[in-house]
Amino acid sequence: MSDVEATPEAQPQLHGCPLSDSRGQTVVHPTRAQYVALMKKLLDGGYVMCSDLTATDYLTHSGRTLPDGIDAERFEVVVNLTAIATRDRIRVRVQVPESDPLLASLFDLWPGTEAMEREVFDMFGISFDGHPDLTRILMPEDWDGHPLRKDYSIGRIPVQFKGSNS
Amino acid sequence: MTSVENIFRTNEGAQEMRPRSEISAKEILREVGSVLRMSEAEVAKLGQMPADADEDQTMIINMGPQHPSTHGVLRLMLELQGEKVLRCKPIIGYLHTGMEKTGEELTYMQGGTNVTRMDYLSPLNNELVFSMAVEKLLGIENDIPERAVWMRMLLSELNRMSSHLLFLASNGMDLGAVSMMLYGWREREEVLRFFQKVTGLRMNHNFIRPGGVAADLPAGWRDDVLTILEMLPVRLAEYDILMTDQPIWRERLQGVGVITADEALALGTSGPILRSTGVAWDLRRDQPYLHYDKVEFDVIVGSYGDAFDRYAIRINEIRESIRIVHQVLDAMPLGDYRIQNKKVTPPPRARIDESMEALIHHFKIFTEGFKVPEGEVYAAIESPRGEIGCYIVSDGGPKPYRIHMRAPSFVNIQALPHMMRGGLVADAVAVISSIDPVLGEVDR
Repeated sequence: MSDVEATPEAQPQLHGCPLSDSRGQTVVHPTRAQYVALMKKLLDGGYVMCSDLTATDYLTHSGRTLPDGIDAERFEVVVNLTAIATRDRIRVRVQVPESDPLLASLFDLWPGTEAMEREVFDMFGISFDGHPDLTRILMPEDWDGHPLRKDYSIGRIPVQFKGSNS
Repeated sequence: MTSVENIFRTNEGAQEMRPRSEISAKEILREVGSVLRMSEAEVAKLGQMPADADEDQTMIINMGPQHPSTHGVLRLMLELQGEKVLRCKPIIGYLHTGMEKTGEELTYMQGGTNVTRMDYLSPLNNELVFSMAVEKLLGIENDIPERAVWMRMLLSELNRMSSHLLFLASNGMDLGAVSMMLYGWREREEVLRFFQKVTGLRMNHNFIRPGGVAADLPAGWRDDVLTILEMLPVRLAEYDILMTDQPIWRERLQGVGVITADEALALGTSGPILRSTGVAWDLRRDQPYLHYDKVEFDVIVGSYGDAFDRYAIRINEIRESIRIVHQVLDAMPLGDYRIQNKKVTPPPRARIDESMEALIHHFKIFTEGFKVPEGEVYAAIESPRGEIGCYIVSDGGPKPYRIHMRAPSFVNIQALPHMMRGGLVADAVAVISSIDPVLGEVDR
């Protein structure tokens, strides 16, 4: 982590994005505008493998701590990158607003994010600009709604008991 | 119910592979792998490739979801010209049961029963990564008793053996070595019998739990493990005679489903698929967890990235697992098998009979669960199929706010179109088999 510069407010930064520490794991918080440029720099910096790309819907949990300058939004896309040479991991969390759930696709940098971005689209309804084939992947293609959103009910099957009147 | 028209109107589109006349040249190029970060020379070569045949010479067929060699409910759409595969698109989701959504409704105590059903061929690895993520959130990852850590390693390695043995069985059957099918299942059964003795179940154990493991090893466990360890090398030598050295077997696998290291990394693959290309990346060695830094083992790598390498890597990984388990047997300490932290661990059964507080404590922990501090964490381990990761967000309550499993098969399956292109339909079976996908974790 030679690129880390300490600013006067003691807020560590990486490529101009605030860094935080989550249980000993490094997390970068870019804005949506910085996202692709940061990812490009990380890829060039040795993070050759995109291990995981997922999202979280913070609808009912708004009080989370984020570094100064990052406004909490409803959705958050979480990317876990791995550097093979330095055996290092880094996590990127980018805020995506509910009113405009759109984020740039990482397909051009890591083609392996294709299925993962489709899964996030399917489950959260976040669109990825530049994704070559943004269709549902796990749910049927005529499904309504995005199941992993917090306002999507889990659904229950009513249990009928033998001999009950109701 | 919904007409085809409506499907396209949702701007999401159909998941199926479409005929060439309906898609742009750019999309076709993407499917044949031009967007992978190839060198300029390779791209130039691609440009000189003879154009694929016209549509009237090709046909699109479905392989699966009911095809026996698709290892479950994987559906592949193949564009064929005669026997040759031109394009391939995996379509998944047939086994999707919303396990990540379910996981948000289960306490951390119950979560193990959910995640263990994802990769049902290595359930203990799923439980392990889930437990490690929860422990990291609780901040107790360094307080797990030694015996529990070594027990976890023992079970994890035995699970790797049973999973790879099943791979050998199904790989054998897919390629026509039907006797291997029986041998592989027979040996796996020996391992599962040991699991049954330890955990009470053959599969879906929910044995590795946050804070340690559910119970201590039963009497006579060491002899049982030693029996397996003595039996396996002999049987593996038999497999070598039956398959590895056979020219017919080699002909079926060598040079089939080739993938390069650059492609494998770009596609995010891990496990035997990445290692078959020569990239020595094994989380057990490169980002050690448990006590893998205290045991000696080799990371098996291939050099050609073909189906034979992936087969050879797995059969040799069983041998490495045997080595590790021998060292685990030597190192297994006495002591507690779960953390004595009142917050996480229920009181022992005997205490409940004599103490009212213990009874209340037991009741509370099983009905309400334990609260986990706010935060988010990603834990990753090396499962038989590759990097299995668990991302948990906690809002401070007794249930995970969000639980996501990074399933190795889900990512590895993306390599299928690249491995299949230009191959024969008959080799498609070998390629699917060499990825060794578990559809339970692909669809979750």
